[in-house]
Amino acid sequence: MADLSINAPREYEPTFGDYFALLKPRVMSLVVFTALVGLLVAPGALHPVEMFAAILFIALGAGASGALNMWYDADIDAVMRRTAKRPVPSGRVESGEALAIGLGLSGISVVMLALATNLVAAGLLAFTIFFYAIIYSMWLKRSTPQNIVIGGAAGAFPPMIGWAAVTGDVSLASVLMFGLIFMWTPPHFWALALFTKSDYGDAGVPMLTVTHGRDSTRRHILAYTVLLAPVGIGLALTSVGGPVTMAAAVILNGLFLKGAYDIWRRDDASAEADNYAVEKKFFKLSLYYLFLHFTALLADAAIGGLMA
Amino acid sequence: MKVTHELHDRRKSRNIGVGLTLVGFIAVVFALTVVKVTRGDPMQAFDHVVRPEMEVVN
Repeated sequence: MADLSINAPREYEPTFGDYFALLKPRVMSLVVFTALVGLLVAPGALHPVEMFAAILFIALGAGASGALNMWYDADIDAVMRRTAKRPVPSGRVESGEALAIGLGLSGISVVMLALATNLVAAGLLAFTIFFYAIIYSMWLKRSTPQNIVIGGAAGAFPPMIGWAAVTGDVSLASVLMFGLIFMWTPPHFWALALFTKSDYGDAGVPMLTVTHGRDSTRRHILAYTVLLAPVGIGLALTSVGGPVTMAAAVILNGLFLKGAYDIWRRDDASAEADNYAVEKKFFKLSLYYLFLHFTALLADAAIGGLMA
Repeated sequence: MKVTHELHDRRKSRNIGVGLTLVGFIAVVFALTVVKVTRGDPMQAFDHVVRPEMEVVN
């Protein structure tokens, strides 16, 4: 019996851009930057072609996990305003296509990273995809208000993968680069959650602001920021650190702690009075925090390279 | 007829995108091969006969 449904015209013919949007290009840019820093500060060197291939396939792996996330989360994405326009909930790309692209690109990226660099880097990339798609998207995102913390771990792996691509191992420095992004994500995201009207509640996703209240969220921001500071200082003391990283760590963590303290000290009434100025400032600072921290690592690596 | 035309445009953009992606992928694999081969990375593996030159010297 012939099934002709495959030839039936679709209501909407997806463009290449629709498929590309499945890979979450904006998240990918952060992945590319941090993986590149991990790769450049690691002892040893790759051929520029290998370096390019490593970054490309790490980014592709991150994109694959984004596509798997969009496949699985299409039901809740459709409910929330911020995500309703994504390719799957808006109907531009079929759910099965997102799954196929996610699985296909996962395989390609892991195998190609192994061939271009080594098995440790490829193994870490495979674990990152598994962690983001299965542990975070399928399991913990919908079941715990600490979902941001768990999701942050997936975003924290790229510099570690970049490092492993060069050295073939995991070291204290690469673990601390992971730790920096891991500890930075919760305060960064919860500050955003405080001043944006979110509809996670409608989608049934437990967000800290909803489940534990906004005052508790303020306490959490301060707690994670306090725990973040020693990671930043510790990273500056490792082999990849140096005077620039130390200066950046001291200044950035000082500013970040001050911002978190200001957030903790006030309540929603005073926040609404000035339209969440302190929270918005803290969120903006958090973007600079991560970018400048990793740029400082690059600067120290460049100085070390010139001195050698 | 107009609807079909628009649909073909979309398909064309997608086909060009996929085509360029594949060409890019081939270029990356080729470049990696050239780098690895010219640098002399191990290119031999076990082939059911003893080859002393493959023994790792400690």
